[in-house]
Amino acid sequence: MSGGKQVNKSTPVINSMTELLAHALALEIEAVARYAELADIMAAHNNQEVAGLFKKMSQIEKLHVETIHEQIDSRQLKKLPVIKYQWISSEGPETTDLADLHYLMTPKQALHLALLNEQRARDYYQGIRQSTTDHDTQVLAEELAVEEEEHVALLQNWLAKIPVTEDHWDHDDDLPNSQD
Amino acid sequence: MQKTSMSIAVVGSGGAGSITAGNLLLEAAARSGSYGILTRSVGPQIRGGEAAALIRLSSEPIDSICDSYDILLALDWKNADRFAAELPMGPHSLIITDPEQGAIPAVIGGSGAQVRELPIGKLAKSINKGRPNMIALGVLAEVLSIPRESIKAVLTKQLGDKGEQVLQSSMDTVTAGMTAAQDIAKQPLPKSNGSGSGHWLITGNQATGLGAVRAGVRFVAAYPITPATEVLEWLATALQKVGGKLVQAEDELASVNMIIGASYGGIPSLTATSGPGLSLMMEGLGLAVSAEVPIVVVDVMRVGPSTGIATKAEQSDLNIALYGLHGDAPHLVLAPVSITDCLFTAQWSVYLAEAMQVPAILLSDQYLGQAMAIIEPPEAVNFKAARSIAQHSDGEYLRYADTGNGISPMAIPGTPGQQYTADGLEHSMAGTPSTRAEDHALQMDKRQRKLDKFDYGDYWAEIEGAGAHAIITWGSTTGAVREALGRLRAEGIDDIRMVAMRLLSPAQPGKFRQTMAGVSKVLVIEQSHSGQFYKYLRAHYDLPGESELFHRAGPLLLRPGETADQIRHWRQA
Amino acid sequence: MNQIAETMSTTPRNPAEYRSRVQPIWCPGCGDYSVLLEITKALAALELPPEQVAIVSGIGCSSRFPAYSNCYGFHGIHGRALPLATGLKVARPELTVITTGGDGDGFSIGGNHFLHACRRNVDITYIVMDNQVYGMTKGQASPTTDPDWDSVLTPGGTGIRPFQPLVIALASGANFVARAFAGDPEGTTQIIIEGIKHPGFSFIQILSPCVTFRPEQREWRNQVRPAPVPTTGDPSVAAKRIMTDDGFNLGILYAGDRPSYQTGLKDGSMPASELGREFVL
Ligand SMILES: Cc1ncc(C[n+]2csc(CCOP(=O)(O)OP(=O)(O)O)c2C)c(N)n1
Ligand code: SF4
Repeated sequence: MSGGKQVNKSTPVINSMTELLAHALALEIEAVARYAELADIMAAHNNQEVAGLFKKMSQIEKLHVETIHEQIDSRQLKKLPVIKYQWISSEGPETTDLADLHYLMTPKQALHLALLNEQRARDYYQGIRQSTTDHDTQVLAEELAVEEEEHVALLQNWLAKIPVTEDHWDHDDDLPNSQD
Repeated sequence: MQKTSMSIAVVGSGGAGSITAGNLLLEAAARSGSYGILTRSVGPQIRGGEAAALIRLSSEPIDSICDSYDILLALDWKNADRFAAELPMGPHSLIITDPEQGAIPAVIGGSGAQVRELPIGKLAKSINKGRPNMIALGVLAEVLSIPRESIKAVLTKQLGDKGEQVLQSSMDTVTAGMTAAQDIAKQPLPKSNGSGSGHWLITGNQATGLGAVRAGVRFVAAYPITPATEVLEWLATALQKVGGKLVQAEDELASVNMIIGASYGGIPSLTATSGPGLSLMMEGLGLAVSAEVPIVVVDVMRVGPSTGIATKAEQSDLNIALYGLHGDAPHLVLAPVSITDCLFTAQWSVYLAEAMQVPAILLSDQYLGQAMAIIEPPEAVNFKAARSIAQHSDGEYLRYADTGNGISPMAIPGTPGQQYTADGLEHSMAGTPSTRAEDHALQMDKRQRKLDKFDYGDYWAEIEGAGAHAIITWGSTTGAVREALGRLRAEGIDDIRMVAMRLLSPAQPGKFRQTMAGVSKVLVIEQSHSGQFYKYLRAHYDLPGESELFHRAGPLLLRPGETADQIRHWRQA
Repeated sequence: MNQIAETMSTTPRNPAEYRSRVQPIWCPGCGDYSVLLEITKALAALELPPEQVAIVSGIGCSSRFPAYSNCYGFHGIHGRALPLATGLKVARPELTVITTGGDGDGFSIGGNHFLHACRRNVDITYIVMDNQVYGMTKGQASPTTDPDWDSVLTPGGTGIRPFQPLVIALASGANFVARAFAGDPEGTTQIIIEGIKHPGFSFIQILSPCVTFRPEQREWRNQVRPAPVPTTGDPSVAAKRIMTDDGFNLGILYAGDRPSYQTGLKDGSMPASELGREFVL
């Protein structure tokens, strides 16, 4: 299995807290929806284990959405700005690429994808922390990066407990079906 | 028996204008109150080929070609022997020929017909811009006692916009022809009641187009093919007048799919083709069955298989129309029983297709389609496209819901809340692809039930006469059968009924049984080599008593006289 | 650009509105999932009501598309999506009509319709998910497959040169010609938006990996790149670029201004009941 989407864009320039929060919210929401979709796809292909895992990830990301909402509330921000999102890849940093699935993929591989997402999110915030010229934004970016780093650690722990993927994990004695 | 009709052939090649002369003669006769039919027979060339205008004029409405020709006028004889089989003549016939054009071909001259020589070419040359075919028109008008005014009226209509001079020289030429023919024995057209005013001059292809537009067709996709092109050409202009659109497609695969797309969009849609095109449309027709999209495909049948004989009729697409779709694919197959009936049957086909959300194949043929006929004005009927439409609602929309009569309201794109995907894959009631046996059974039952439960009224067949004998026929052969039975009746034979089927699919065995009550003997008459119609009847109906088949492949149409002979023979056997 | 609707007070439509509840049958990892996402995003960005959009397709994995959307849909027969869409658009010009399908469907069995749809220039957006293989029939060579690609049906390869859809579209008269990559949601969404907005026939080739029969296409994401040149309206410039690139340049490669085919049912002035008059003597 290949490893996650390409980071192919330069570090965004974000110089306001509201703008950063808008990004933070958007990337979590996208991640929630994507994990849910991945869960559906895997369930439809009878890989319930991985489907369950993605479902769980979706639920976890939902909690993160709530956390961001709390941050917004605590700062008493009523409205987020209308912006063009600036990501470092084609979608938000925490969004799994739809292309990274395989119907026989193992939970370990799935979790590895999740790990890559969290790492990418961490790098994203760190990049902003370094590039921003606004002090408050810098502080917030640092907070968010630390949070993502915590997620990275959590996932690494989780991964360590999961059996390694065996060779020939994608072996299938049967040929594909035609549905034409 | 008093003669009620006369038949005239005008032959000539490359640029002779025999067809034009024939058309003018037909219309002039129409203006004198005659009914009639003009068919054309032509060589394979696009230009310069040999051509014959075959005209039958009558004091009564007619649907059939003649038994033999009373007059054959030849502008020249180049390759005319090709027409011999289509030009039966006898000692009663008169051949008018121009000695300059050489000898009469033996196959034609050998009929024993009388011959009259006229210097047609020379006469034409004697007049400024005079043309031999106008001499011919004058000669024929004189012999048939068609008044000069009738000819003038027709020429004025045809040539009026070409200026006074052209009209004058044409009239002069006609007059010269009339004068030259004065000493030929007159054969006046049988007198008809009335002046012809109110009669229609129309081809079956035009009538088909008219029926379609009257029923509400507003989108047509077209790929040209003989002998169906005129349906499409007529519709192109008609849709500009009444509103609508015709798209010229890249092939028949495209045309059938275009009309499916337009009809899915809510617009009654149609295309016309002939055998080769129909073959290409089969997969699309199946899609329309599965997705329940109403369309009408007119097949103007010609001689097959393959490219066959493009300019001649045959009733040999019945099998493909009935059975050419793969899978079980209930659909409508209809056929007009006369030129006039092309209008009714086309209109009814659109109505039925729309009402049942199903494709209809309308089997016309080259004879019905391309013959130009003088007819009684067709009765206006009220059949209009009226689809069951799903209105906006907030509940879940089931496009293919299991309804009592099998017809489910169809949502038209643009309607909020009713979005669905039409599908050629088997589907659930919601339209979602399904491989479940229950869904297939339910949808198949529904598709069949739509057709089975529909009330077709008495239109499924034309039934005439009564008695223990029955002739069963369909499509264009109905004309010859009808006329044959009329003659037999005049001879006192009145124990034969005729059933001419207009609705071929779904079969109507119940109605057929009632119609056949008391029949002990059946003769099936059709124009196909393999007896397709007969086999269809054997498969779907109980034919009472003994049944026999009289059939012939195209291109020679059945003539009323030989048909009467066959019937007489069969009845006595 | 990549606006996530949930957070945007000004974007009333959510891409999810354009999805049906039908679960795709596509293999996990198939590029077509991304295209589904991209098309729904584009429709949301354009704020088109789902009932005003019709998605029409033929047969193939990629042609399964319509059922997965919440727009009006037609899943027709193999190769005939374009004429179906043409009929619909001509009859109902107010609808936004999108045609989706695969390279086999569009360039092989439907090749003739492709040429004529470009020529006719009806205002339709044609999205081909090109995976250089017949996915649905278990992996045979398609018109865009390389000559040496081995398959059971063509051992050792077909030995024939691949079809060049973009040049052919251009030469046939398409008004908008673009190449996109399924795994680039941002760029592809933008191209689809532009394609739908552009009048006339818009052809978008989306490189969409078939992970089952062409697993090596998972590498495409490392090979594609934005075309290093701006969009041109000059067909000869576009042709040269398309013919000389390596097939991985992404972007709108041509945007022309040829007038679109006249759609819509013309209004008539004559009632149908009067049509018969022309036949009366
Ligand atoms: C008339 C007809 N011939 C053959 C088929 C079988 N068939 C179904 S899909 C397909 C090819 C699909 O390839 P492509 O269009 O590239 O789509 P993909 O599955 O790769 O997305 C074929 C040959 C068919 N359905 N209909
Ligand atoms: S076979 Fe290929 S094209 Fe079809 S769904 Fe699977 S990956 Fe996609």
